[in-house]
Amino acid sequence: MSTTAHERPATLSAWLAHWRIDVQLFAALLCCALLGLFVLYSASGRSEDVVIDQAVRVGIGLFAMIALAQVPPHWYRVAAPWVYILGVILLVATLVLGDAAMGAKRWLDFGVVRFQPSEISKLVVPLTIAAYFHHRSLPPKLTDILVAGVIMAIPVALVVRQPDLGTALLIIAGGGFALFFAGLRWRIILLLLVLAAAAAPLVWFNLHDYQQQRVLTFLNPARDPLGAGYHITQSKIAIGSGGVFGKGWLNGSQAHLDFLPESDTDFVFAVYAEETGLFGVLGLMAIYGFIVARGLFIAIKSQDTFQRLTAASLSLTFFFYAFVNMGMVAGLLPVVGVPLPLISFGGTSMVMLLASFGILMSIHTHRKLLAT
Amino acid sequence: MAADDAIKNHAAERRLFLIRTVAASLLLLILIGMLIARVVYLQVYKHGYYETRSQDNRMRVEVVPPVRGLIYDRHGNLLANNEPAYRLEIVPEQVSDSVKSTIARLSKIVNISEADKQRFYSREKQTPSFRGTPIRLSLTQSEVARFEVNRDRFPGVDIRAGLTRNYPLGKYASHLVGYVGGITESDLADVNKKRYRGSSHIGKAGVELSYESRLHGYPGSRVVETNAAGRALRQLDMHPATAGDSIVLTLDSALQKVAYNALGDQDGAVVALNPNTGGVLAMVSKPGYNPDLFVDGISHANYTRLLNNPHKPLYNRALQGQYPPGSTVKPFMAIGALETGVIDPNKKVWCPGYITLPGSNHRYRDWKRSGQGWIDLTQAIERSSDVYFYKLGMKLGIDNIYRYGSMFGFGQKTGIDLPRENAGIMPSREWKHGNRHLPWYPGETLITVIGQGFMTATPLQLAQAVSEIAERGHAYKPHVLKAWKDPQTHTTTDYKPKALPPIELKDKRHWDIVINAMKGVVDNPHGTAHYYVGQHLKYPIAGKSGSAQVAGLPQNEVAPDLDSIPHRLREHALFIAFAPIQHPKIAIAVLVEHGGGGSSVAGPIARRVIDSYLDSLPDSKTLQVNYSGNKSKTDS
Repeated sequence: MSTTAHERPATLSAWLAHWRIDVQLFAALLCCALLGLFVLYSASGRSEDVVIDQAVRVGIGLFAMIALAQVPPHWYRVAAPWVYILGVILLVATLVLGDAAMGAKRWLDFGVVRFQPSEISKLVVPLTIAAYFHHRSLPPKLTDILVAGVIMAIPVALVVRQPDLGTALLIIAGGGFALFFAGLRWRIILLLLVLAAAAAPLVWFNLHDYQQQRVLTFLNPARDPLGAGYHITQSKIAIGSGGVFGKGWLNGSQAHLDFLPESDTDFVFAVYAEETGLFGVLGLMAIYGFIVARGLFIAIKSQDTFQRLTAASLSLTFFFYAFVNMGMVAGLLPVVGVPLPLISFGGTSMVMLLASFGILMSIHTHRKLLAT
Repeated sequence: MAADDAIKNHAAERRLFLIRTVAASLLLLILIGMLIARVVYLQVYKHGYYETRSQDNRMRVEVVPPVRGLIYDRHGNLLANNEPAYRLEIVPEQVSDSVKSTIARLSKIVNISEADKQRFYSREKQTPSFRGTPIRLSLTQSEVARFEVNRDRFPGVDIRAGLTRNYPLGKYASHLVGYVGGITESDLADVNKKRYRGSSHIGKAGVELSYESRLHGYPGSRVVETNAAGRALRQLDMHPATAGDSIVLTLDSALQKVAYNALGDQDGAVVALNPNTGGVLAMVSKPGYNPDLFVDGISHANYTRLLNNPHKPLYNRALQGQYPPGSTVKPFMAIGALETGVIDPNKKVWCPGYITLPGSNHRYRDWKRSGQGWIDLTQAIERSSDVYFYKLGMKLGIDNIYRYGSMFGFGQKTGIDLPRENAGIMPSREWKHGNRHLPWYPGETLITVIGQGFMTATPLQLAQAVSEIAERGHAYKPHVLKAWKDPQTHTTTDYKPKALPPIELKDKRHWDIVINAMKGVVDNPHGTAHYYVGQHLKYPIAGKSGSAQVAGLPQNEVAPDLDSIPHRLREHALFIAFAPIQHPKIAIAVLVEHGGGGSSVAGPIARRVIDSYLDSLPDSKTLQVNYSGNKSKTDS
């Protein structure tokens, strides 16, 4: 970098560069988070408390992002296995000591903060796999694939026990993306997909009742319009009634009249779609698309295996969150508890997502200027 | 590790990664495409459908039921009132658990009886589950407060403020005013259903029934925005209901009570009309019942008690009861005889204790076994001679008896503005042929002319008939409606009394003869009612007594002592009258079931009602018997 640490930066861009902030990624994330505050104000029924809470979390997340951007990428490679182990320990602790909410133990209360340890695993599993593959030759050999499988399986098993099927799937997705980018052979990918399909009945009978209900309801929302299908029916009404231009900010009747449950958390996309219409949805998708594209660009530009795999799988995981949430709210996918990235009300998700982009920034801004 | 690192082919791995990134990007684009397609499908293609669903979610049209018109008597006293009341309703669709457990939990904070539950479950079956069904009616203030505090625990349960009907005059005017009750399927068959959406009650009896369509009013509607729990949050549009018109009746509540009380503990009816208009001043059927019991749905036990009561309190004797009118028909028969010229009123006729018809030894007895001797028409009416009228009837014949009886309204409904009136029977040859398939026998003429045999009449018909005499053939159709009162502006629209087809006599003096004879019934020392009615007369009264046989007396037997006959076989006591004679203000018919003597039992009741009514008039002094024009002049 041309600017040295002890010189005072002259311009904003120089200042951002000094703090190792990727301007484009930062702008897109900030844009998304601010949009989220507006959406939340409406979705929460004009609750200023909700907006202030969320703004504080955005602040903490941005701070964490910038802080993590300062750390050289190889530190992450070294630290990943240790953080992974810490995450597993916390997951075990959650199962033993955690707070139960809605019949599931997901939270750990540290007095000051209360968070879901599964979020750590979501972030650190792809990093650990990337770190593992860093020294291996790619595409991965069968033993390496098995090791990666075990790295994924331990936190997944613990999260399933909570039970939190959605997060388990997201951890599998994160690790799976790392494997995919590592060059897992197509044959094996195909084989795994077939195995997964074959195992589906087995999984089905091990699902909790409410999880089975969700899947059944997804397949036929009209089955139970006042019970399990109510969420999805009301959310489709919200999206559909928004039309091309939307009902306008603060005018979405579905959320404001309490027809739409969880309107400021998992179903916030329905409120957004109702109030801003198709244009708003396309705009949000454009922002998400830009963030993912920027992440993949950073991955391509990065300089070693760990960085590549980390940047690419974190970007894809981000996309996956957004897709699963929007797909679920729009009735394309079954209802799983996945928040809309950077918009849904909730601290852990917000901070962890921004933190993961801090790692991407670190990867991008610590490149050595050399020709490859 | 280091060894492994050494054999890494960095260029190949880079290429591999690039290929994977391109593959991933393609997958992303496909997924984004699916998502966009889905959103376009929802927001563009199905927009109309979801827009409607959203509006349906949000808006609800509620019917605003109209306020029912009030019922007043002629002096503005309330006969039917609307009182604010709070009821507790359950919307089965919206309760959090089951209706049953909600009721169980509710019963801990408000008192819910078994009867309440029964009514709820029977009504709930007929109500769509998104509509409220009342579980408790007329909550007390403290129950309302207790529920409000606990409201959050009871989704789908709500307090509805409403009006409930009550009847200040209670049993005194129960048959006349009637009552409202819960609407049933059969009620809705006769009315415009749209007008009853949102209404819970409909007129079931009396004025409440006969003027239902005008008392009810027209419902309004309001569009409200509701939240997911169905609670109305704000009103988007309002079309207010049009309250029903209030009705003013011709009834005099004070007189109604006097008449009711005058009957004492006997069953019977009193009908008092204003002969100048046909307006009903009092119409009593005793015993009455408590109409308030019916408003919120009468309990099975109470209803059974009313139905099984031997005194039949639900039966409106005044216009449903059909009784042989007995000697009260004699004045009307006298008019017929005078008009047809079959008798000379001044000619004295020999009246022994009985007569027989040629070719028969059946004795047609006079009520007085010794007979009345030589008497003329006036004396025959005053003393109520049966034999005189047997002879009169033979000359008049059944066809003329039928003609003149019908002229005074016997055998036809009066057409009063109250439901379920009966017509009574004015027998004729045709009637008997049609109903009994038998020819008319001469003996039947004799008993018809004294109001026995086939002939029956309602107390209302008798009151109307005596009004005709009072008004000398120019009476009005009996009615209870005096005026309509607009609930908003309080402007009244008077009902115009309808004149009955006038009875024009060939000789108007015939009226005088009969009226004079009826005066004699009361004030002539030989008059049947002189002793019981005519003492210390305040107002000039013309009357006629009647005693209607319930069971035929065995032949040749002396009428036994009254007290020795079982009550149910005793004669009905009747009395008809009007007063004051020159300017009639009141015409009355009194019936006492199994009362015995018309003059002794029914007469005093009529006198009490007449005196009470005339006393209440502002010009009562000028109507009195001993009023002297000179005295009045010196007074003023």
